[in-house]
Amino acid sequence: MSTKAVPTAPATSVGHANHPAARDLIARHHLRWWEALPWLAAGAFYFVFHDYLGFGTSLMITILFALSLDLALGYAGIITLGHAAFFGAGAYTVGLLAFHNIWTEPITSLMLAALAAAAVGFVSGLVLLRTQGLTLLMLTLCTMALLQESANMAHDYTGGFDGLPSLDIAPVFGVFEFNPLYPDTQYLYTLAILFACFVFIRTLIYSPFGQSLTGIRENLLRMHAIGAPVRRRLVVCYTISAALAGIAGGLWAQTNAYVNLSALDLDRAATVLIILILGGYGRLYGAFVGAAAYMALEHFLARIYPTAWQLGLGLLLVVVALYAQNGILGLSEVLWRRYRARRATS
Amino acid sequence: MNAAIDFASILLGGLAAGTVLFIVSVGLSVTMGLMGFVNLAHGAFAMLGGYIIVLAMNRAHFGFPVALALGFLGTAALSVVLEQSLYRRLYRAGELDQVLLTIGLIFIFMATLTILVGPQSQPLQLPPELGGQINLGFMRYRTYSIFLIGVGALIVVAIWLVFERTRIGAQIRATVDNRRMAESLGINVDRLFTITFAFGSGMAALGGGLGAEFLGLDPQYALKYLVYFLIAVSVGGLGSVVGVYYASLLLGTLDFVLKLYLPKGGTIFIYVLTILVLLWRPQGLFGRKSA
Repeated sequence: MSTKAVPTAPATSVGHANHPAARDLIARHHLRWWEALPWLAAGAFYFVFHDYLGFGTSLMITILFALSLDLALGYAGIITLGHAAFFGAGAYTVGLLAFHNIWTEPITSLMLAALAAAAVGFVSGLVLLRTQGLTLLMLTLCTMALLQESANMAHDYTGGFDGLPSLDIAPVFGVFEFNPLYPDTQYLYTLAILFACFVFIRTLIYSPFGQSLTGIRENLLRMHAIGAPVRRRLVVCYTISAALAGIAGGLWAQTNAYVNLSALDLDRAATVLIILILGGYGRLYGAFVGAAAYMALEHFLARIYPTAWQLGLGLLLVVVALYAQNGILGLSEVLWRRYRARRATS
Repeated sequence: MNAAIDFASILLGGLAAGTVLFIVSVGLSVTMGLMGFVNLAHGAFAMLGGYIIVLAMNRAHFGFPVALALGFLGTAALSVVLEQSLYRRLYRAGELDQVLLTIGLIFIFMATLTILVGPQSQPLQLPPELGGQINLGFMRYRTYSIFLIGVGALIVVAIWLVFERTRIGAQIRATVDNRRMAESLGINVDRLFTITFAFGSGMAALGGGLGAEFLGLDPQYALKYLVYFLIAVSVGGLGSVVGVYYASLLLGTLDFVLKLYLPKGGTIFIYVLTILVLLWRPQGLFGRKSA
């Protein structure tokens, strides 16, 4: 970081712009060199692990899903156990449109999925976000269970427990077909959507709106006291988060070419929560680290030793809850600071 | 006359299911009310207790009462160990960390039981005197269901008496109402919590064993019924024993009736009802507004 003052910064009129903290604040949204790493890795993955493109696709979908949860949970502090409700809303939107041959164009389908999930998020957010703590946890859980039961009950349209198999998705831009054997299109398409959504989320988080969300998470009373429209901010954030989760669900339906009730499962909601916390919530890149670590371990361990994987995951969660509450990223940050401090003193 | 008998038998079946739900959930309600600790692993304690009870009968051939006592004591003892070593550190932490810890514990319980006992369902062999049917005067009904309803009623009366008439009950009520004030008055809240936590886990174990006959008992138990336990507690009201009793009976009966008449997706009404109740009274039907 440069040591020169930032002369054009708006805060100079106040006179504290030269303070290191102020400089950090002003520059906090600037791109850092390592922020290119995930995308370089995703590009390299395409060429190096060409046989694992299916895994890479589901990894990126999980990252997007975890990012959407990060917006609600990590930034706005809305503790939810029902985020799969929006994932499922998006997945079923894409699935129903494709299965009944109403609409199969992938990109517009994703937009519709986002809209449908946003609608669910908006309506449920309007009523749920009045509550806190256990009540909020229960209400999000029940909303998700309600959607799952509805999908189960509307058997004639959704296929009930069996779901909607072999969806026919139109080629991207009318050219690139989704081939289940060679998932090149799925991978690159998912990568592009993830990148677009990430740029949006990053911009949102460093905007004044994102700042006020952090404020609400850190001190609700104070935000009320300074006149911030807390409820409205929370509902808007919840809706955006739902829309992004809906996109993730839509992608899941498109790339797998099926939808079933597992999209709305408590398992899925708990897993994404675990992934986000494992990586570190409220830090934008926690979703990437958590999803990569979790999915890689799951891919190689869970198939061979499912019970050992469950036991290990349980132990890991206990350790994270007790000792590493900011996840892998938080832990590495602490270690890095200690290392720097030791170097500075010696 | 037939309709009345049908109605009575459905009601009794529902009440028996609700009683099991109550026995499992009551401890969760009290511990959550006391400490505000979101203990998702409560169902795992019920599962563990159920396993101890069923295995003690099937493999070690103990009698039903002895097995129940073993399940209660074993689970309560383990819960104290976990409470002292793990839960205690997160009392002041956020709900998120508590959720994470207890989900982790659920996984550990599930995996351990799968490894030690196996993934298959464990059947409960009822003792012969509880097996058949009993004559209620106007109809015959399963003895075990009637036994369950009776046990549940006894338990709620006993817990109510402890809550209202003993010193420790008064301390629990005071702490649920206002923890800081209770602490200032010299109530040892930590010790109180350990005692109630152990007792609540033991009750959950009893519920797991008593309900194994119709809820089944396999390593998925802890997750499968978690939503139901949480609904019973949040609808009944944190820290309210009577509230959880009513909520459990209502939930059990509703579930029983819906599964009978609307086997496909009938549970949707339970979720709708829960959402409506919680929106109307976020603290639950019998809960007190938090200070």
